[in-house]
Amino acid sequence: MWDLKKYSNNIAVIEDNGQKTTYAQLENYCAYFSSYISERSLIFNLCSNTLGGLIGYIGSLNNNIVPLMLDKYIDIELLKQFIQQYDPDYIWAPKEQIAKFDGEIVFQGWGYSLIKRKTQKQKKLYSELAILLTTSGSTGSPKFVRQSYQNIQSNTRSIVQYLDLTENERAITTLPMNYTYGLSIINTHLYVGATLLLTDKTLMEREFWNFFAQQCATSFGGVPYTYEMLNKLMFFRRNLPSLKTMTQAGGKLSPELHQKFAEYAQKNRKKFIVMYGQAEATARMAYLPAEKSLEKCGSMGVAIPEGIFTLHDERGNIISSPETVGELVYQGPNVTLGYAQKLEDLAKADEFQGVLKTGDMAKFDKDGFFYIVGRKKRFLKIFGNRIGLDETEYLIKSAYPDMECACCGKDDLMYVFINNTNLCDDLRHFLSEKTKLNMAAFKIIFVPEIPKNDAGKIMYGKLEEKIV
Amino acid sequence: MDNLEKYTQAFVNIFYIDEKNARTAAFKQIDAWDSVGHMGLICCIEETFGIMLDPDDIIDFSSFEKGQKILEKYGVSFK
Repeated sequence: MWDLKKYSNNIAVIEDNGQKTTYAQLENYCAYFSSYISERSLIFNLCSNTLGGLIGYIGSLNNNIVPLMLDKYIDIELLKQFIQQYDPDYIWAPKEQIAKFDGEIVFQGWGYSLIKRKTQKQKKLYSELAILLTTSGSTGSPKFVRQSYQNIQSNTRSIVQYLDLTENERAITTLPMNYTYGLSIINTHLYVGATLLLTDKTLMEREFWNFFAQQCATSFGGVPYTYEMLNKLMFFRRNLPSLKTMTQAGGKLSPELHQKFAEYAQKNRKKFIVMYGQAEATARMAYLPAEKSLEKCGSMGVAIPEGIFTLHDERGNIISSPETVGELVYQGPNVTLGYAQKLEDLAKADEFQGVLKTGDMAKFDKDGFFYIVGRKKRFLKIFGNRIGLDETEYLIKSAYPDMECACCGKDDLMYVFINNTNLCDDLRHFLSEKTKLNMAAFKIIFVPEIPKNDAGKIMYGKLEEKIV
Repeated sequence: MDNLEKYTQAFVNIFYIDEKNARTAAFKQIDAWDSVGHMGLICCIEETFGIMLDPDDIIDFSSFEKGQKILEKYGVSFK
């Protein structure tokens, strides 16, 4: 996947303790890591933005080992469920977590341990399968996206091209590695021989900004919530001479903030690039060129190199006139193989066949720039994570079988209506634990009765009326 | 309600913890106080006391105790 030798003397990684790793060293570390693992095995990588987490990822992909990427803070019950379902051959986890797993520790390094498990089931992995990622960042769905080597290569090439990345870049991490957008930043920068500034610190910590300034970060990426935090921190008053590029994805930024950051970028000779993507399309499908960020404020841009968008009306016909809303469909070499919901699915070949129905409703203007206007499927984007509303209802019903519930809401805030007033607090903690989203994401509302029509279907419109 | 009660209540309401745990709360030491929770807490405190915190103070606001010291700079007295 990555030709690390090509950039031997370049610095690949700087960690937030100042420790530097060259590409040559990274190559050696990855070779060492993978020498303990047989090819085409399945490994769970409990990710963190550290050298250890990175080696687990690069060492796997470069050596024909298939990683399933999870957040290191994943809910333990959920993790056990995944282990049972997918029966991984190995687990690569931070040292402090090894007590959670059965198996033999075969190797330790960079703060991580490699655990070899006694597997129960026969495993067949499709030859092109490179990696498994959740569809919603860190959250709880057992559904994974199957990405191929070609998917990652083509998407990486496209992104490098439209962002014009060179080996001089120094990208600081602001997103987890198990999240497709965070991963694409890693992929693209290692592809061009650039430097990754690895940190698990957040924007709300002084250490983050010290690291940023000391190591002269040139770019970062953020979801809408990241930009809201930056706005709150009066980012515009900060003096960040090294910063060249800010990218945004993971949901639609409010037009006000889009405008504000685009203006800031223009005034300060920086680039602000809004993008659009999904794990089902490896990472990116669209971008709004920096020079258009003000003129086309609110737009998610145009398809990336090698990709094509079409809009489809209700009958499936292609829409050819501007300002007409239809379902956004993407075609390109980065459309992934399909989903996995159980071990057997890992043997499956390409099911999507290069075509992805995004589930988003969109229109394009007379210049061909696309705008998201709504959603066809029932999901929300919460802090950059796509959360299915029906899936959340299912999760709640499984845990609270005697209670009725209905989920709706807007981005960054889900409303959960329940008919048991005693369980509000309990449910809020449950949802936060399972999804690893802050409790602020959930507003639990008691209603004596969930409104349903004659056919027994929940009337979400009635519930949405209750939301002010 | 005096300032200390109002201040404590902000932690109780935002992080869904009791008053005792509120008084020892610190950034990243409880699940709810991550960067998202931090935003919620800061907004709630600004609203409660009718003030606007400087970015540096927002970042330094990393525990119940530190927050009190910071608020004193804004004329919020806990005496």
